Amino acid sequence: MNTIADRLIEDEGLRRGVSRLTPEKIQKVFRELIAGECGARLKTYMETCVHCGMCAKACHYYMSHKDPSYMPAAKVTQTMTRLLKADGKVDPQVIYECAQVAYTECNLCRRCIHYCPLGIDTGYIMSVVRRLCHKLGVTPQYMQDTAHSHSATMNQMWVKDDEWPDTLQWQEEEARDEFPGLRIPLEVEGADFMYSVIAPEPKFRTQLIYQAAAIFHAAGLSWTMPATPGWDNSNMAMFSGDSEIMSRVERAHYETAQRLRVKRIVMGECGHAFRAVYDTANRWLGWKWHPVPITHSVEFFWELIQQGRIKITHKYAEPVTIHDPCNIIRGRGLMEKLRDVVHFLCEEVVEMHPNREHNYCCCAGGGVINCGPPFKNVRVAGNAIKAEQLKATGVHTVVAPCHNCHGGLEDIISKYELGMHTKFLGDLIYELMEKPEAE
Amino acid sequence: MHALYDLAVGPLAWLAFGIFILGSAYRLLAMRALALKKDGAFVAFISWPHATKSLMHWLTPFGSLGWRENPVVTVATFIFHICLFLVPIFLMGHIVLLDTFHGWSWPALPGQLADILSIIVVVICAYFLWRRMSVPEVRFVTSAQDIVVVSLVGLTFLTGVLAYHRIGDNLVLTTLHILCGEAMLIAIPFTRLSHMLFGFFSRGYIASEFGSVRHAKDW
Repeated sequence: MNTIADRLIEDEGLRRGVSRLTPEKIQKVFRELIAGECGARLKTYMETCVHCGMCAKACHYYMSHKDPSYMPAAKVTQTMTRLLKADGKVDPQVIYECAQVAYTECNLCRRCIHYCPLGIDTGYIMSVVRRLCHKLGVTPQYMQDTAHSHSATMNQMWVKDDEWPDTLQWQEEEARDEFPGLRIPLEVEGADFMYSVIAPEPKFRTQLIYQAAAIFHAAGLSWTMPATPGWDNSNMAMFSGDSEIMSRVERAHYETAQRLRVKRIVMGECGHAFRAVYDTANRWLGWKWHPVPITHSVEFFWELIQQGRIKITHKYAEPVTIHDPCNIIRGRGLMEKLRDVVHFLCEEVVEMHPNREHNYCCCAGGGVINCGPPFKNVRVAGNAIKAEQLKATGVHTVVAPCHNCHGGLEDIISKYELGMHTKFLGDLIYELMEKPEAE
Repeated sequence: MHALYDLAVGPLAWLAFGIFILGSAYRLLAMRALALKKDGAFVAFISWPHATKSLMHWLTPFGSLGWRENPVVTVATFIFHICLFLVPIFLMGHIVLLDTFHGWSWPALPGQLADILSIIVVVICAYFLWRRMSVPEVRFVTSAQDIVVVSLVGLTFLTGVLAYHRIGDNLVLTTLHILCGEAMLIAIPFTRLSHMLFGFFSRGYIASEFGSVRHAKDW
């Protein structure tokens, strides 16, 4: 049978990281991690898994390859079980293998929780393995680059402090051609909403900021964006296992909203960022709930539609299907609101199966797409099941309100020649809405 | 052999039940203390209404996605666990033993039914072992302990069935049956059989996270 050792991929970050390790150093860090940061959750999961193998069908990697070494319980036996058995004293090469499994072969999508009678959260165990790898300095090169960017610039994409407001002003200028009265308000204290985005938006997908501004403008809302670091809600440090940088980034995000005294943070269509802000960082920083209310844009758009603040001129004519991003569906339960919004916007919705909480992962999230080109082919091959699922709908448009899902789905659409394209809700709303004073 | 039988139904039985009960209590309390000490940010979200709702789905055959996607395992697992609890508690032989020693007694299952249920347990144990050896995804994660614990359960019921049917030396088989049962009791708190103790809590915890934080179902 295959194991992780049979499919190791060369990655500069992992290779250089393990070259600096010794079994003694690994053991020291491992013991500190287990004693310091792990508790009953890890212990219970590790001791009670009855190795029934039911989780296999949960994982898109297993379903795509039918190779048992990809199934959730196997990811655990190849990493944490090995480490615990050796009390952390393992050869550096084992850490390389653990890092590859944890960072690139598990999307932390938590679908396996729906398959395990004992409720074992493999995603959590993989996060602990990632944390160990981070502490040992063994992280995939590309992902580490984004974590460094968070550390140095407080955003994921090395966007400089002046480039950010510059980009917003540029988008505002563009949009004013279409909507003469439109503003992208910066630093407005006491606004109802602070809109935050992930750094790839100003870097690569500025049209999304344009569209969001158009929607806020059309809905006549009191909103603002911050001009200072803290505007980026993404968080790759959460996935690299760097909890310290993760919390710094989120603290800046929350504190920016607090400084601006906004009533709510509305986040763009991103899943992992929502997980960081809604589920992870608050706990690490010691808040049970969030210091500022957090709304994902799916819910925000749903509210706008419910309140009649967005009107559309016509419905999207082509049939569409809905992809449920793990971090806002399993992570926040927005499946029905997402459907309400899509049905409001589109003539015909063809559901893919399985759907809602049970939907297959895009295979890009959990930081996997951020591990970069060395792992791209594996990621695409590991999501053949998603390609089949998309193909079976027979439609050409996939609505996916998450950046990572877009990346992952576009990759498989291209590789498996599905002839589809992905759309954000913002794309659809902008395209279909009544545009006030548009020229 | 008589001496061993006497030892098995006497001091060893006390020891086995003692270790099972005290060991289980210790493990549960120690795990609770560890959770309170180290997992505060997660314990804080435990919600028994959500846990109960989820557990009801997981305690219903085909009531969750995992059960639906693995139908044979589901049927085997449910029947196995039901028999595993029904037979030892409601077997006439066990009740007679308790009545003799302690004067405790309650209604028993008809002998023939208990016999059939016991044979079912043995067959399902054999199925589980077969799965462990031959289904690739199960074999990949199987450890020696997994085989030992399933064998222990299987042997306990097998020797019980053989003794009931008076196949082989009755005293030897009865003694072996008692010893296996005692070994199983002792193993519960300290092996993967501890899923009997922790399973409800681990499921209950994740159900709470899904219910109260993530507003999604976990079944």
